[in-house]
Parts: sequence; structure tokens; C-alpha cells
Amino acid sequence: MAASTIAEEPNRRDFLYVATGAMGAVGAGFAAWPLIDQMNPDATTLAASSAEVDIANIAEGQIATVKWRGKPIFISHRSQKEIATARAVPLSELRDPATDESRVQKPEWLILIGICTHLGCVPLKNDGPYEGGYFCPCHGSVYDASGRIRYGPAPYNLALPPYKFASDTKVTIGQ
Amino acid sequence: MSGEPAYVPKSRLAKWFESRLPVGGLIHSSFVVFPNPRNLNYWWTFGGILSFMLVAQIVTGVVLAMHYTPHSSLAFASIEHIMRDVNYGWLLRYAHANGASTFFLALYIHMFRGMYYGSYKAPREVLWLLGVIIFFLAIATAFTGYVLPWGQMSFWGATVITSLFSAIPLVGDSITTWLWGGYAVDNATLNRFFSLHYLLPFMIAGVVVLHIWALHVHGSNNPAGIEKKSAKDTLPFHPYFTVKDGFALVCFLAFFAWFVFYVPNYLSNADNYIEANPLLTPVHIVPEWYYLPFYAILRSIPSKLGGTAAMFASVFIIAFLPWLDTSKVKSAAYRPLYRVFFWLFVACAVLLGYMGSQPPEGVYVIAARFLTVYYFLYFLAILPLLGRFERPKPLPPSICDAVLSKPDQAAAADAN
Repeated sequence: MAASTIAEEPNRRDFLYVATGAMGAVGAGFAAWPLIDQMNPDATTLAASSAEVDIANIAEGQIATVKWRGKPIFISHRSQKEIATARAVPLSELRDPATDESRVQKPEWLILIGICTHLGCVPLKNDGPYEGGYFCPCHGSVYDASGRIRYGPAPYNLALPPYKFASDTKVTIGQ
Repeated sequence: MSGEPAYVPKSRLAKWFESRLPVGGLIHSSFVVFPNPRNLNYWWTFGGILSFMLVAQIVTGVVLAMHYTPHSSLAFASIEHIMRDVNYGWLLRYAHANGASTFFLALYIHMFRGMYYGSYKAPREVLWLLGVIIFFLAIATAFTGYVLPWGQMSFWGATVITSLFSAIPLVGDSITTWLWGGYAVDNATLNRFFSLHYLLPFMIAGVVVLHIWALHVHGSNNPAGIEKKSAKDTLPFHPYFTVKDGFALVCFLAFFAWFVFYVPNYLSNADNYIEANPLLTPVHIVPEWYYLPFYAILRSIPSKLGGTAAMFASVFIIAFLPWLDTSKVKSAAYRPLYRVFFWLFVACAVLLGYMGSQPPEGVYVIAARFLTVYYFLYFLAILPLLGRFERPKPLPPSICDAVLSKPDQAAAADAN
């Protein structure tokens, strides 16, 4: 019977059905991509990706906030005591282990993205139990003077933006 | 059921139209002669109330969109423009904002009613699933709508909720960037939320049509939780239930009007009258009241991924009720143990809402954790086991018997 032979061995027509269906699926995928990708950051957003900041006026112990890519950037002018305290912490005490050295280019300048890694609130500067540290009022995450998560619900340390020192008093944030 | 009088068009025009599109017959059989169980109580009027509120939200929303500007530098001012300059703008905005709250109030009552009387059980599982989809869409609609005024709570609520997706391993950050259209909540985010907020209510309306279609396959469940068997068990939809639904709607609208005219800002947050500031987070972020139980579950778990997963699970688990509840008896009126656990669940949900409104510290976190445990135990342990161990009361032979025999009626009324 014809029906049983079709079921037993796929013939040319089955191949054509599957091939046509597969091409249709690929075509639908290509057609859908522009509709999905249009939601990603547009050219103007990508273009506004670097900011130059004058840090000459930031006094020791002060943490300034500047805006980069719509996000707050914390620029902390740390005291020797804060640096020493941050560097004395053993890595085993940290949830997201990172040395203070690995988080700065110059020890007295700590530059952070000021967004809590829990759910995106802006932490309070020079707040919480650590001197020169950060405290997020939304859900109670506590960061130290190196911006490392110490306790609370946040999983990671405050993120570091890409930056370079253009001179001793100027820093460029972004690429 | 067959036997109810068919629609007979009278005029020549009606006959001409009916033979081409039989919409008169559809309305007649669905909302005029449709046989409803005769014992439906007032808890069954919230479906009609919700339909009305959905239409009211769409009407006020379309009108508000004529005056609103979805741009991050203009949105906040355009809301004040609506409040101060647009003719009756204050009324339309207050009706729309409080309409969302009262929609959720009616929705939660409607859902609890379905749970109490076992309305999700066979043969109404698909009806329940469609209702759960409406609930999800309503959550998304209200969330996108709350962002539009571009106040501090709008901005930071949007930031916190979209950041939930960053908990997804590997692709989380790419997904949040994609949702935002940038590296933070900004104009691109506001624009797309406006677009979606306009779209979603019409999707809700579409699913409501399917919901009512599925409802009319087997008809409404009822306080006795037994199926209608003969014409003696039913009454025609009109006038009995049009009048009952209408009366309930008027009472509900009186309550709604009290909110709109006397305490229009009672349910909103004062921080949302401060324009969005991406560099300053309000000290205490609270979502709208109808999200608070789920927000409390999110915060009760001290891990980002765990909390996010628990919050989504607490919403999705509602869809599985028809298969988690193993009892064959529908109505809690005949399930003495279920009734106790059900009311504990209601108390648990309300208390979770209270915990969600409080700061996440000390005794509130501890209490929220116990309540979260009960919330999930109810679905995953109590409902599956209760069907095996509970001894239900004897069911009446028919809806008619349940209504006419006083003791049983007392048992059913006792349920409320």
C-alpha cells in the first residue's frame, strides 16, 4: 500500500516538504531580526559613549558623581587610611573576591559605576559602616571603600567603567 | 444547552443582515437566553465588573494619549498639563490611575472566587488558563503605564523591575540593555513602554473574548460546584443576571467614584510628583499595592537570582492550580478542611502585601519568609495532599436541590 511505503522510507516529496518548511523558518527568522534589534541601543546612544571629567577640584575624602551613558559614575578621591583599610582585607572575607589593586589605576582615585548590582538603585556615597564606602537604601547592600560588596543582597562588586587618565587632573570615561 | 428560544429577526433589514452575519443570534444565545446556574451569588458579578472597567480604562487611556507626550524631557510636564490645562484632564487622569487599582481589586476578588469555588477544575481548565494570561497581561500593562508619568517612582520602579532580568545567567545584561534601548532607563525606554502600554489592553480585550467563549462552552461554575443538569437548575441570563450584574456594577462604581473624587492620590506615591532623576534613588522604593505580595516574596530571599526566580514562580504557579488541586469536589462549601487552608492563604497573600510595603529589615523580613513558605506550600503540598486525605461533605443531587433545601443552602451561604 502507498501509505505504508511513505511511512517506511522518506521519499523525494518528504524531503521537499521539510526543505521548504526549513527555508520558511529561516526566512521568518531573518524577517524578525530587524524587529528585535531595533530595540537595542541606537547610534546616538552608542555615540555618546565617552565623557571627559576634570578631577582637580575633587578634594580628598570627597566622592563626585558624573553622568556617563545615562548612568551615575562615582569618582572617589580616597585618603591613605581608606586605601590601607581596603588593601588589608583578606580575599576570603569577600563575596566577589577582588584585590583593591585590581580595581584602580591610581590608588587614590577609585572610579565606579554608581549602580547597585542588586536591582539598579544608586547607592549613597560615604555611607554605611565602611569609611569611604557605599550603602544602597533600596534593599540594604553595603559596599566598602573599594566598592566591593560586603553584605546585603547584591551579588557583585560595583562595576568599573572603562577609563584612562588623560593628564593628572583629567580623566576620560568610556572608550 | 438546547431548548431556549432561538433568535428570530423581526424587521426585513434585520432578516437581511442576520442571513449575512448572524451576530444578533450570537448575542441572543450568549447574553439573553443563556442558561446560568440559578444559585450564582454576588461573587460572580466581578466578571462583568472587570469587562466594564477594561472598557473604561481603554476609553480614558485613548483620550489621555491625545494630550500626553512620551518623551523623557516632556512627559512629566505633559502630565501636569493634563491635570491643570486640559478640560476635565484631572478627572480623566484620576479615573485612569484609580481605574487601574480598582481593576486589580476586582481581578483579585474574581481570582479568589475561582479558587474558593474550585472554578478552575475540569472541564474549565482552559478557561482558567486564559484568565491567568489576562492576569499576566494586566500586570505588564499596569507596569508600563506606571512608568509613563516619569516621576521618581516611575523611573526607579522601571529600573528595579527591568533589572530583575539581569539576574538571568550569561545573557541577563544583554537582555536588560535590549529592554532599555540604552545603558539605563531613558527616553528610548519611555517611548517603547508607551507603545506597549497602548497595545497590551487590546490584547487583553482579545483574550477576554476567548475567556468568555471558553466560559460559554460549559457555562459558569456555581456556589454548589456541581454542573447544571436540567432546566430547573438554570435561569436565563436576561433579565436575571443582567440585572444582578448591573446592580453590582453600580455599587462597585460608587466605590470607584469615591476614590476618584475624594481620595484620588491615596493609592499613589508622593515621590511620583517629583520628576525622574537618574542620579538619585528615592530612599524607599515601593511598587503599586497590587504588586506588593510578589515584591515581598522577591525581597524575602537573600539572593538576587533566587529572589527573582521565586517572584516569577509565585505568579506562574497560579496557572497550574487545575492540576495541583487533586480534589474532585469543586466548592469549598463542601470541603471543610480546604476552606480553612483557603482563608489562611487569603490572609497570607494580604499579609505578604503588608510586608512588601514595609522596609526590608528586621521582623518584616522574617515574617515575609514564613509567609512565602506558606504561599508555596499551599500550592505544592497542601492542595495536592488535601484531595487525598480530606473527607468532603455529601454533595446535593442538583443545583435545584441545593437551592431549595434550606440546610444545604445555609452551608453554601456559610461560605461567604
